[in-house]
Amino acid sequence: MLLRTSWRLVAAAAPAALWPRARAPTRGLRLRVVDHGPQSAVPSDAATAPEAESVLRPLYMDVQATTPLDPRVLDAMLPYLVNYYGNPHSRTHAYGWESEAAMERARQQVASLIGADPREIIFTSGATESNNIAIKELEAAIQPDTSLVSVMTVNNEIGVKQPIAEIGHICSSRKVYFHTDAAQAVGKIPLDVNDMKIDLMSISGHKIYGPKGVGAIYIRRRPRVRVEALQSGGGQERGMRSGTVPTPLVVGLGAACEVAQQEMEYDHKRISKLAERLTRKIMKSLPDVVMNGDPEHHYPGCINLSFAYVEGESLLMALKDVALSSGSACTSASLEPSYVLRAIGTDEDLAHSSIRFGIGRFTTEEEVDYTVEKCIYHVKRLREMSPLWEMVQDGIDLKSIKWTQH
Amino acid sequence: MAAAGAGRMRRATSALLLRALRLPVRELSAPARLYHKKVVDHYENPRNVGSLDKTSKNVGTGLVGAPACGDVMKLQIQVDEKGKIVDARFKTFGCGSAIASSSLATEWVKGKTVEEALTIKNTDIAKELCLPPVKLHCSMLAEDAIKAALADFKLKQEPKKGEVGKK
Repeated sequence: MLLRTSWRLVAAAAPAALWPRARAPTRGLRLRVVDHGPQSAVPSDAATAPEAESVLRPLYMDVQATTPLDPRVLDAMLPYLVNYYGNPHSRTHAYGWESEAAMERARQQVASLIGADPREIIFTSGATESNNIAIKELEAAIQPDTSLVSVMTVNNEIGVKQPIAEIGHICSSRKVYFHTDAAQAVGKIPLDVNDMKIDLMSISGHKIYGPKGVGAIYIRRRPRVRVEALQSGGGQERGMRSGTVPTPLVVGLGAACEVAQQEMEYDHKRISKLAERLTRKIMKSLPDVVMNGDPEHHYPGCINLSFAYVEGESLLMALKDVALSSGSACTSASLEPSYVLRAIGTDEDLAHSSIRFGIGRFTTEEEVDYTVEKCIYHVKRLREMSPLWEMVQDGIDLKSIKWTQH
Repeated sequence: MAAAGAGRMRRATSALLLRALRLPVRELSAPARLYHKKVVDHYENPRNVGSLDKTSKNVGTGLVGAPACGDVMKLQIQVDEKGKIVDARFKTFGCGSAIASSSLATEWVKGKTVEEALTIKNTDIAKELCLPPVKLHCSMLAEDAIKAALADFKLKQEPKKGEVGKK
């Protein structure tokens, strides 16, 4: 046994170039895993490997943007990337049969997470494609006055939970289709498509610790919801989404859904505790901090705080060893403040001051404490540099000032 | 869980390996593509943050921008009797590039005369800080701040209306 342990130690210590292994997301503070930089596809000479500089990576607090692969998901996917590489639509040999079996197993895993029938799940390349298929259905609708209601289940910026069950009941009583983009909600809060009367649902793999590049759309069979295919081809996925289904990716999605179902309650409790810790500590030490979004109907893992008199991007630059986001990742390239914050009536200057903290399955208490400590320090520092803070301290009402541009 | 144990072991051996090979380890300053190290430097090693007495006759105060736009700069200059800027201070509500632009502006106006300070252009500020196109407006606001401070100083030097009427 001693030999086996020492062998494992040696195996672990060998440079990654010689022994390409998947690294599990390292829990713990200040990920001190030595990062040799992205590996090239072609195996390079061992002599050139040491040239790569090693870096300390930032803490990851941006789970709304994407999540790391759960190690259990990777374990499920690997055989289908290495050995069982058949096309799941090949009907004539064992490679195809085993891939098809895996695909159907994954379909069942996704369906059971949301209380659906496996025949109602179509695999896509992600929630965006699913949304497009769902919306396109509007044009294919038969009744002239049909409308489609499309609501996000959990908002990705402020974490607010929409009253999906109530909306679903209203829609079904008015015979209107109801679609929901559940990318941030699946596997995090309990969802049942029948209880909530959901007709269409978009699911994203990489938001629930699954692989990127895969998602699913739930399409109700009873009563039948007709959708129009976005891409045409060989008629796979009941003709609703042609293209070979990527077995390793859907196996990953299925595994992620199953793991999520098992871990949902525990994760929710743990994340709620960490979120409460983060908010309480920050609010206790800093004045003039506003939490955006309804505090009651809120998913705890997404905390959006506005630090008055401090601009969001400068705080992100200051918190350089924590990966965070200010506003939605989708709009980070524009100069506009977040449209979500504007829609909930946040003052424009507070919208520029917002930071989104994402707490996920692998976030630790030490990471939260470190982030809080750094955040408090840098907000205080930036407020010392802020003319608005100075004016407020002098008793000036900022709303009374005529600014030079708008 | 075995995975956690293996992770800990891998971390320990990685740390050992690091020390053994003595690889250069640097902090991943972030995001390297978005913030130039000159911009980060102005935040981490601030120069001239603060305030001058705005009631003083020798101090010009420029306040430009708007909180609704996410950019507000306050730039103050202290001018001596010969018209030379001897001190400058700034405070900024804005992104890293805005802070750096206004900080650099205070560095550049110091030692210049009022006329020379008027020649500072936003393009020079942007070039010095290697600002990307999306952040050019920060350098423009810094130029506006300098001009506003100089204009305020000039206004203070004008004889008061009351004095004109005096005999």
